[in-house]
Amino acid sequence: MSASAIFFTDLKGKILISRNYRGDVPVSCIERFATRIQEEEEADRKPVFTEQDVTFVYIKYNNLYVLSVTKKNANVFTMMNYMVRLCGVLKGYFGEVSEESIRDNFVIIYELLDETMDFGFPQTTEEKILREYITQSSFRLEKQPRPPMALTNAVSWRSEGIVHRKNEVFLDVIEELNLLVSASGQVLHSEILGKIKMKSFLSGMPELKLGLNDKLMFKASGRNYAKGKAVELEDVKFHQCVRLARFENDRTISFIPPDGEFELMSYRLNTHVKPLIWVEAVVEPHKSSRIEYLITARSQFKSRSIANNVEITIPVPTDVDSPSFKTTIGTVTYVPDKDAIVWSIKQFYGAKEVVMRAHFGLPSTSDPNDTSWKQPASVKFEIPYFTVSGIQVRYLKIIERSGYSALPWVRYITQNGDYSLRMS
Amino acid sequence: MMMMSLAGLRKGGGDSKYFSTTKKGEMHELKEELNDQKADRRKEAVKKVIAAMTVGKDVSQLFPDMLNCMQTANVELKKLVYLYLINYAKSAPDVAILAVNCFRRDANDQNPLIRALAIRTMGCIRVEKITEYLCDPLRRSLSDDDPYVRKTAAICVAKLYDINPELAEEQGFLELLHDLISDSNPTVVANAVAALSEIASFSVDGSKVFAVSGSVLSKLLAALAECSEWSQVFILDALATYQPSSAREAESIVERVSPRLQHSNSAVVMSAVKIIVKYVDLIESQETVKSLTRKLSPPLVTLLSAEPEIQYVALRNINLIVQKRPSILANDVRVFFCRYTDPIYVKMEKLQILVKLATDRNAEQVLLELKEYATEIDIDFVKSSVRAIGRVAIKLERSAERCINVLLDLIKTKVNYVVQEAIIVISYIFRRFPNRYESIIATLCENLETLDEPEAKAAMIWIVGEYAERIDNADELLETFMDAFQDETADVQLQLLTATVKLFLKRPDGAKEIMESVLSMATESSDNPDLRDRGYIYWRLLSTDPEAAKRVVLSDKPVIVDDSSQLEPALLDLLVENIATLASIYHKPPSAFVKRTRIPLGSGMRDDDDDDVGLESSDDDDDDDDSDDSDDEGRGKKKKQQQQDDSEDLLGFGGLSVSGGNGGGSGSDDLLGGFDAPSMGAPASSAPLTSRLSPAAAEGLQLDADFARRNGSIYLDLDFSNVSSQTPFGKFAIQFNKNTFALAPSSVNVDLGTSLMQGGPKSRFSVPIVTRPEMAQPGVAPNLVIDVALKNVAVGAINYFKVTLPFYVLFTEQGRADKKGFIDSWKTLGDAKGQAATLRGLVSTQMDAVVSLLEQHNIFHIATRNPAADQRVGYFSSKTTTGAMVLAEITFKDGHDACKVNLRCEVSQVLPFAHEAFQRLLVK
Repeated sequence: MSASAIFFTDLKGKILISRNYRGDVPVSCIERFATRIQEEEEADRKPVFTEQDVTFVYIKYNNLYVLSVTKKNANVFTMMNYMVRLCGVLKGYFGEVSEESIRDNFVIIYELLDETMDFGFPQTTEEKILREYITQSSFRLEKQPRPPMALTNAVSWRSEGIVHRKNEVFLDVIEELNLLVSASGQVLHSEILGKIKMKSFLSGMPELKLGLNDKLMFKASGRNYAKGKAVELEDVKFHQCVRLARFENDRTISFIPPDGEFELMSYRLNTHVKPLIWVEAVVEPHKSSRIEYLITARSQFKSRSIANNVEITIPVPTDVDSPSFKTTIGTVTYVPDKDAIVWSIKQFYGAKEVVMRAHFGLPSTSDPNDTSWKQPASVKFEIPYFTVSGIQVRYLKIIERSGYSALPWVRYITQNGDYSLRMS
Repeated sequence: MMMMSLAGLRKGGGDSKYFSTTKKGEMHELKEELNDQKADRRKEAVKKVIAAMTVGKDVSQLFPDMLNCMQTANVELKKLVYLYLINYAKSAPDVAILAVNCFRRDANDQNPLIRALAIRTMGCIRVEKITEYLCDPLRRSLSDDDPYVRKTAAICVAKLYDINPELAEEQGFLELLHDLISDSNPTVVANAVAALSEIASFSVDGSKVFAVSGSVLSKLLAALAECSEWSQVFILDALATYQPSSAREAESIVERVSPRLQHSNSAVVMSAVKIIVKYVDLIESQETVKSLTRKLSPPLVTLLSAEPEIQYVALRNINLIVQKRPSILANDVRVFFCRYTDPIYVKMEKLQILVKLATDRNAEQVLLELKEYATEIDIDFVKSSVRAIGRVAIKLERSAERCINVLLDLIKTKVNYVVQEAIIVISYIFRRFPNRYESIIATLCENLETLDEPEAKAAMIWIVGEYAERIDNADELLETFMDAFQDETADVQLQLLTATVKLFLKRPDGAKEIMESVLSMATESSDNPDLRDRGYIYWRLLSTDPEAAKRVVLSDKPVIVDDSSQLEPALLDLLVENIATLASIYHKPPSAFVKRTRIPLGSGMRDDDDDDVGLESSDDDDDDDDSDDSDDEGRGKKKKQQQQDDSEDLLGFGGLSVSGGNGGGSGSDDLLGGFDAPSMGAPASSAPLTSRLSPAAAEGLQLDADFARRNGSIYLDLDFSNVSSQTPFGKFAIQFNKNTFALAPSSVNVDLGTSLMQGGPKSRFSVPIVTRPEMAQPGVAPNLVIDVALKNVAVGAINYFKVTLPFYVLFTEQGRADKKGFIDSWKTLGDAKGQAATLRGLVSTQMDAVVSLLEQHNIFHIATRNPAADQRVGYFSSKTTTGAMVLAEITFKDGHDACKVNLRCEVSQVLPFAHEAFQRLLVK
């Protein structure tokens, strides 16, 4: 473990705020980091490096670097995960983490740095619990705060005695589709990354049980299931509130939820998925005069579903000029910064095929060997009321000793993840 | 829009105003404000000082004024002043000492937050005088009522040790830290483990400070399921240093650890992976190994969806895991395909793993992918991809031809750096598979003039020389390099020298002239001794014995293999133990880059000594290939590890607190039942328990309960069943009244993990019992009755019941006396400290049966004597958790269903209890 110090720096490596936990590495070591950041090309930089006897471990977060240093054979993986989590806590406290917001909240950041890590050992990073005794000045209580019981309890994410007038739970099932299609149209890799986010407004210490159409759970409980109605999750990860040993035993997802919003679980499926939106590009470069594109996009999901805010990005050569577009649906724009055209379709109904034509002029000096425009095309979309895996929330049982009843609200959505199609 | 994303931006803290201060007379102004009458103004001033500190201004001169602000009830302000102290105490040690009083007062505050804050901060102030004052409050904090204070104090011991190890040892803090491993609160346990592991890593002989022994193990496993995420990492990392004694033990630990693979915190996952990969070697059952292998792959793959920096570290570790157990990810090659948006450092790591996972079955796929990468923009990545194709060829003979074809396709692109890299790679393939693919030489030769990189030139020249007999214009080709001979790098010159000699030996006719000119340039006008020496050797060989020259220069070359990324087994094992740490990223033993703080070492970082020979370093990563030098250290460490295992349980302190292997322990299930067969208690699940609460009195709950001892710990076994409660229940809280032997449940919470429905089956739960000094009941006559309070959380009812403690559960595993010691104590104690009784109606009158029965309960057999033909006398020893030795003499006489039990003990109050224990064990 054992980080010696944590720094937040700007992109040039200038310190915005820092905390030195051990004193075995001088703060001035940041200069070596700054030199490295400024002198080395970004592509050559690895997120872990050792200079003399100091090891630098950093992540990039928005327009900042979060850096920790150590002189030991530290658990680098934990250091990184802590930094990611710390950024999450800060974000929860004051919105986006930026140079400005750090200056604006330095008092509370110092407090959080003190509370979330001690002598380089991560302690609690549960935002909801931290909020109970570390609050922004405008919300400060007159009474001296005490450490919440939950800090050291087995249930370290929820305090007792929470009361809501209306007991409600919201579940959002969000799936991202990662897809890689080769230039020949073959799906090289497809993967669904799903997560279930929960927003719980429940009083007391509620005991929850979530039922999914999980194939292995059906099997474990010896139940029959209709084929195609159950989903085989390849890997599942749970928020620390879920009893893992119980899940390991009989695939039951049982937990006492934190109050408010949190990510209950995430899962991954590596099944072969038909690309929800298929894009084909026929490119006709006419040497040193012009280049023509014929883009066909096909929605390969049921006609009653709609993909919203579809954005298809097609790379083009760097030196094109005088763009002109023709399409039956949506709008097309040329984005010179990205050397790409973006075709936006607000609503793309299922089982449809649409076509767009683009035409560019090319300067005669254009390098015929330039292949930089052969980057993959990418697609963004959102399909509500639909999960590509077919996962479903079967039930959410809520038991609290005061005996109130609360109904869960469930929503589904599928989005693009890293969704790219290589150009031929 | 999703509702979830509407969390909304919060208003900024507005602290930025503290950064804007007037330049002139700033310090003076701040000084005045810090001493202002109004508390509000002082607070504002403190914030300004901290703001100035944050931007790197030196505000150390305000030390006395800041100190004045320390005494405040405002926690926010106090924290800021403390922060200031941490930063500047060193610069003003004499003034800093004035803070001590305030710290001491805070360490006694009634608010645990303030107490912990004081301890935490004092530990961070590295001023010797203050450290001296730390010891007393720290000692108190370690036994504070509030776990928040205790967990902070545990870390503080590590801080103290870092500043002044001698003081920490002298004052007995390490022992106190060891005691915390048996703490009832899992977070405290975890921090104690973290602190001890850290201290052990400082010390010359770390295993003496802290090693996971059998009894510690069970406590760690018990805490693991209950503590927070980071605590789990501390515990898992400590477990990874443990060497299981048997396959069964390894298996049961893995069983407890493997649910952690589902944790959302990937640091927890990685540390769990570490243990499993390490322990799997010890597991014998092939089926278990298989199922573990299957279990490991999905979580590893999921790591590739994390932040790129985390992916990088994960990939470096996966690289190790793939070497250790290729089967884990054998079917997942596709997930290592590069995404266009991956940062280069991630792509490079993926490439290495792709090569490692390549098999004849997936070669086609992998090669297509690598070919795709070879057309990307980043030149380094493109080159590495081409090299990767070569490594696949050398690794997979059956796919070599495919590789060659892909390389030829790449050469056709005419992209200069691709062509050059491909030629280098092809030269290696020629070396690996001689006389197989020479037909493509013509294509290669077409690109001769585009070569400008020395390595590519050297490769091409080597090819021409090696196959000179088949290349018609070999002499012409070599001649093109002659003009610039002097300007070439040494590598190219050496290759050219050898190639011309080969050409001459193979086709003496037209090559003599070129060779002679190269030889003369090499020997006469070169400053490079290697080149000169090689030139002279060739020259002499050729002039004295051309046949010998042929044998030397044209001899068969040893076959090359691609071992560039294969680590030595010993080093690999060491690195597996270090998964997730820096060592796992550098693929070097920790000793290669970390100085032990306490040992003066002359050298700092070790140099990367890459030897740049051919494919050995073909991935231009500097970290793969110096396994040779680390080999020894690897083995050394291994050996040490084994010694560690033999070392004794370090926790045998005795005393009331945890003596030897008591306290803590496994949770509800008895997975660890097989650890120490001889000292095992009665099996947990089967034995029926005594009824303690009936449904009528306890809101529908039927509760049976008894104490038992297993695996070195005492448990209160509880059987719950819901006979007549409408409300299902599954959570309870349990507490003991103060009692003679200071027993307490290790955790207040009893969570059955399930809800018991009315009429459903009963559920067994074992509460680990620990001893806690504050639970002792000094004023009351010693007795064995434990008053228990049980709260049924769901129903909201509290019930009380009594359980009589069978005295023998207090007998520890450490109770075996040696013969001589036994005889001495027996004599010294004499009849004065003894008590005898006769027991009738025995379970058995056979000495052997009695011995095995008693040994099960930690009453150890010392010797048997036959004073008369019909008499057998057995001697036994045992030791209670309170440290009292109980010695026993049991006499049997043939034909009598009775025995005489004579007990002796220093502590006379123990004797009646001990007698009762013997009675319960021996009488039917």
